[in-house]
Amino acid sequence: MSQLTSDQTGRQQATRAEICVAACADTWIGAGEVLASPIGIVPAVGARLARLTSAPDLVMSDGEALLIMDVPKLGATGSDVGVIEGWLPYRRVFDIVAAGRRQVMMGASQIDRYGNQNISAIGDWRHPAFQLIGVRGAPGNTVNHRTDYWVPRHSRRVFVERVDVVSGVGHDRARANGAAAARYHDVRVVVTDLAVLDFATPDRSMRLRSVHPGVTVEQVQLATGFPLVVEDVTETRLPNADELHLIRDVIDPAGLRNRELPS
Amino acid sequence: MTDKRMSADDVAAQVRDGMTVGIGGWGSRRKPMSLVRALLRTDVRDLTVVSFGGPDVGLLCQAGKVRKVVYGFVSLDSIALDPHFRAAREAGSLEIAEYDEGMCLAGLRAAAHRLPFMPIRAGLSSDVLTINPDLRTITSPYDPDDVVVAMPPLTLDVALVHLNAADQLGNAQYLGPDAYFDDLFCMAAKESYVSCERIVPTEELTATAPVQSLLLSRMFVTGVVESPGSAHFTSCAPDYGRDESFQRHYVASAREPAAWAEFERQFLSGSEDDYQAAVRAFDERPAVAL
Repeated sequence: MSQLTSDQTGRQQATRAEICVAACADTWIGAGEVLASPIGIVPAVGARLARLTSAPDLVMSDGEALLIMDVPKLGATGSDVGVIEGWLPYRRVFDIVAAGRRQVMMGASQIDRYGNQNISAIGDWRHPAFQLIGVRGAPGNTVNHRTDYWVPRHSRRVFVERVDVVSGVGHDRARANGAAAARYHDVRVVVTDLAVLDFATPDRSMRLRSVHPGVTVEQVQLATGFPLVVEDVTETRLPNADELHLIRDVIDPAGLRNRELPS
Repeated sequence: MTDKRMSADDVAAQVRDGMTVGIGGWGSRRKPMSLVRALLRTDVRDLTVVSFGGPDVGLLCQAGKVRKVVYGFVSLDSIALDPHFRAAREAGSLEIAEYDEGMCLAGLRAAAHRLPFMPIRAGLSSDVLTINPDLRTITSPYDPDDVVVAMPPLTLDVALVHLNAADQLGNAQYLGPDAYFDDLFCMAAKESYVSCERIVPTEELTATAPVQSLLLSRMFVTGVVESPGSAHFTSCAPDYGRDESFQRHYVASAREPAAWAEFERQFLSGSEDDYQAAVRAFDERPAVAL
């Protein structure tokens, strides 16, 4: 794969997973010196790509309790993680969340037009049809620092009119209760296998920002359980040859990204 | 000074119906599994379990020991969900208090500090306030525009934690990269019990590890259980990692009643020594030819 040297070759060969990786990476542009917390494989590859290209000051963890200087390949543990620059036990993660020096990309089992997210349970929380992992850190993340979302399968099951349990707080609810929850609320981008969406609208409802190459606007709207704001939709950018080399040969040589998002 | 050594069954005998039990560790990491397994051998029931939840929660739910779970998540880390917890929730048989995980930390801090609540921003505008209708917000006395959640104390009757080493007095040490919240669990509890990989003379605790590794002081420890390998199948770095193969077996067994009955017969029907022997036999099983 290292024979990919030109943009032209890269443009022909970027997979959907790699396009999503680049879109995830772009969410960390301008983040500065903050802890990047990607949840999921494609966001993890994206954060590492950003650290190697557009966001060199990002602070990265090994997924456990270490802050690491180098960018090891995905799945590396122990001494394979390279130079250690800091200590990140869970207690400090919560301190950093409260201090706001963090930018996270989380998953979403459900998400609505204002970015309310559910990872807790499907159905009535008292007697759920499907118990999920729990609200985890989503309530705290969303009222403390920037939060973006990654949805590997864009569908009406995920993009719903109303989420069953608001775990991550969306724009409408953040603003409904005065300034307190909205003060540090910053839910900005949703990357999916079909498109990139955001909330850059007057009422902060979800907007289709770009569709991935080969995907139509209609296709995205059909897979979404509420009307999207659609205006000036562009095509999602392709990773360039340098980025493809980093993704394929440096960050994820085992191709884990393709397991999360098969081509 | 008091020699606090005891057995896992001695610890389990201290846990009575209706108590609130805090369990240390995180997900499928450094869980006091031998103490949990000892609880499974008792008749205790109606427990309220407070945990950064892993297989401890799943096993206790499956065994009918639990009335209520207080948690931010229940996960096996490398496997997202615990099947027993999931089944108990979907059966509608559990009371729950689901909080943001930072709120769980705040609740333990409030209990440890004997405070009526701990302010935290997490939870505002989320359904954590719906799931927990008794939760209150509080307006800052310094700024009428600032409102935070008043997280009440998660006060425990008993805390159960697992560390790498301890002395017989209850001073205990972690040697992995993360203490999790085991010290706060112990400070939030009326009685705290520590299982450990080894009990050593006090002076040995700092002979090869820095003093910062001494997480628990005997002030906050009621009893100490020496039980090597007893966090299995969760991790106990650096002594051992998570037993991923066994965890997969746990999950696969839990999905099917007949398989779970066999798992119980094989692993949970005897003492901790029997469990450890059954795990060794499981590790040495010949590959099945298909």
